[in-house]
Amino acid sequence: MNGPHPIPSAGDAILDVDGVSVWLSGREVLHDVRFRVMPGEFTGLIGSNGAGKTTLFRVILGLQTTSAGSVLVGGRPLARRNPIIGYVPQKVFLDPDMPLRARDVVALGLDGDRLGIPLDWRRRRQAVDEMLDAVDARHFADARVGNLSGGEQQRVLIAHALISRPRLLLLDEPLANLDIRAEGEVVALLARIAREQQIAVLISAHDVNPLLPVMDRLVYVAAGRTASGTTDEVIRAEVLSALYGQHVDVLRVHGRILVVAGAAGPSGVTVEERDAAADEPGIVALR
Amino acid sequence: MFSGFMVNTWIAATMVAVIAGVVGFFVVLRGSAFAAHAIPHGAFGGAAGAVLIGVNPIAGLGVFAVGGALGIGWLGRRGRHDVATALSLVLMLGLGALFLSFSVEYAAAIYSLLFGEVLGVPADELLPIAGLGVACIAAIAVLYRPLMLTAITPEVAEARGVRAHRVETGFLLVVALAATMTVPVVGVLLMFSLMIGPAATAGTLTHSPRGAIAVSVVLALATVWLAVAVSYLTNFPIGFFVGTVGAITYGSARIWTGWRRNRTVPA
Amino acid sequence: MNQVLRTLFAPGFFASGPVHAALVVGAVVALVTGAVGVFTVIRGQSFAGHALGEVGSAGGSAAFLGGANPLWGFMGIAVVAAGLIELLGLHRARARDVATGLVLGAGLGMAALFLYLDTTSSSTTGVTVTILFGSLFAVSQSMLPSIVALSAVALVVIAACYRMLLLSSLSADLAAARGVPVRAVAIAYLVIMAVAVSLAAETIGAILATALLIGPPATALRLTKRPGGAMVVAGLVGVAAAWLGIVLAYDSYYWPPAGHGWPVSFFVVALVLVFYLLGGALAGLARARRDRRGGAMPRVAAGGCANEHGAAA
Repeated sequence: MNGPHPIPSAGDAILDVDGVSVWLSGREVLHDVRFRVMPGEFTGLIGSNGAGKTTLFRVILGLQTTSAGSVLVGGRPLARRNPIIGYVPQKVFLDPDMPLRARDVVALGLDGDRLGIPLDWRRRRQAVDEMLDAVDARHFADARVGNLSGGEQQRVLIAHALISRPRLLLLDEPLANLDIRAEGEVVALLARIAREQQIAVLISAHDVNPLLPVMDRLVYVAAGRTASGTTDEVIRAEVLSALYGQHVDVLRVHGRILVVAGAAGPSGVTVEERDAAADEPGIVALR
Repeated sequence: MFSGFMVNTWIAATMVAVIAGVVGFFVVLRGSAFAAHAIPHGAFGGAAGAVLIGVNPIAGLGVFAVGGALGIGWLGRRGRHDVATALSLVLMLGLGALFLSFSVEYAAAIYSLLFGEVLGVPADELLPIAGLGVACIAAIAVLYRPLMLTAITPEVAEARGVRAHRVETGFLLVVALAATMTVPVVGVLLMFSLMIGPAATAGTLTHSPRGAIAVSVVLALATVWLAVAVSYLTNFPIGFFVGTVGAITYGSARIWTGWRRNRTVPA
Repeated sequence: MNQVLRTLFAPGFFASGPVHAALVVGAVVALVTGAVGVFTVIRGQSFAGHALGEVGSAGGSAAFLGGANPLWGFMGIAVVAAGLIELLGLHRARARDVATGLVLGAGLGMAALFLYLDTTSSSTTGVTVTILFGSLFAVSQSMLPSIVALSAVALVVIAACYRMLLLSSLSADLAAARGVPVRAVAIAYLVIMAVAVSLAAETIGAILATALLIGPPATALRLTKRPGGAMVVAGLVGVAAAWLGIVLAYDSYYWPPAGHGWPVSFFVVALVLVFYLLGGALAGLARARRDRRGGAMPRVAAGGCANEHGAAA
């Protein structure tokens, strides 16, 4: 299920979050968050809405101050601009009445922050075409971006973030509004990019299942606290119960994972299908 | 229609339309329709104040337009953007009411400032209009990419170090400049129609930004030329034509693209 | 005590008939626009509110010039405009603002035409000014009953649709999932806003109508997050601004230039703005105190929200 991953050594990490805490409006939104992301690694940031995922992203992007802890990006402390980070935000405005093509959005990822009119349009067009090919979006490059499907728009936004050649790609809930098929396509695309171009991917989601096939490690966020490691290490009843501060059960059914608030009993119970090879969803037994 | 003082009107109208078409593209893209209305509208109060102290009303217009842009930018950082626009607008108009109450004579000047006057362009105003127009285009050219980036992915812009509120204030100042230059021909109130209608219509007809700007300019020119011609013939105010033509054109374009889309969708 | 009263209120204030009417009308209109305006601000429809006021004014003047009762002219045009805005605009805020702008432009263009056609009336300029600025002191007592009645109707409708309106204002998708007829609610709300705003615009002028529709509700929303409470606070703030403005306007007859008086619109608008800034300052202080108590570092002012999708602050 999880691919082999290198043992992380401190010096190489592309992202090093160490003991970060954040207070917002009198509430501690993040507490003592620690994890590392290595180059080329695919990491999931899993947690429900309001758990603190977007705040954590804002910290990494240098847009949110912390009250404790440090963040190193590419071995260097945070700056206002981090050119090695590519960011695919959750909130974008791609209305159908906007006269913008997919290729225009991607081109803005190259130099949308610069002043003046771009002059080297030939080189720009080439870079944009290459990136559109990389995300398999060439065939709708000239379509109105607001008319594209959710999955197609997501691919355009990924190209928009990738075109500046980042080493770390941050995606904030990119799968949230996609159907199952589009979800799978985007995940496969991201995994391929991570592998081929050795770009680290940190993707936040509220459901771990679409990412299971490709994740190297995950960071689970609950109530501002995190646990990081491989899926088997983190998604366990004891670990999640400690995070949530209440009984939590983990169900694995046909290779899918479900985390549910547990009934009262011993602190968390791990429930697994008795016979994974059986066809019926089946009998569930306590262990 | 094309002789004597009317030549000035045609030249001024052409310049106004080009600026409105270009600036209007960004107004529509960024959803700044309210600001595009509020800045010229509130600036009218400045014209009243200028008349009160015996200064050229266009200067007063410009001062209030710039003040309005800065006010919206400042208030907009602290609260909702549309609330900031509304409050800046009513403040400027409130001051306008105050100035108007002090001055006794202001009859026809109000009307032409508000709704446009075909015969209102003296030759010596053409150069300042051109100057302001060039400044607008130059500013747009400089801010071109951040204006689009902040309109589409504001969070990415933030992450890349673009100060969104600076871009926004800069853009509002461009709108203020454009508003100031259009007063002689189209009138303050309807300038914003010219900034919204053609650009919005262009957006429904073309896909690309450059194409949309071009179509927007063409439509603005057509609108203004038509308005000047018919106004000259009928004596009806220019503003009437600009306002109604803008709405009708957009409505028609929406109907047409909607009909065309329904036709091409397979049954 | 008498000395204080005499300083604050110029002679004849409490005895003046027009002042009484102004106080009553001002209060009624402030209460209605305050309540309606809370949703206007939450839904981000300030432009539509302002536009309906201006279009209504144009309609009202046209009706007046044509000899009809201006109030119905106001309202009729405003309601038509509301319908057009809803028709032209999509659900996204940007397209809606574009539609609002175009309807406003067309409406003002037609107002220009009406004014021009009415060359027989010597007070053309006066009508133009009245369109924009209006005068609270010029309200006639006979309009009072219809104003109060229409205000009551608007408030009753808001109260009746309160939950649906709240849900669809906060999240259209959630509301639709719960079975709320989002489109119908949107149209109904625009119509109610048209009624309230044209009521206000006719009596106190388009400027004040916008000011009272947006300013006090925005102030209230900075002080409290609950819409019900905000409606009450907005009404109170609006009434305070209106009454204080009336007092100042009346007193200003004795200010330079003597015998002339400053327009009440100016005072009310200035007060609305002052209250808004005060409200913001208070909210900022409260937030700072809350953050400090929680042991936090001061928040980064991460670039202001420069688009209409920003959250209410």
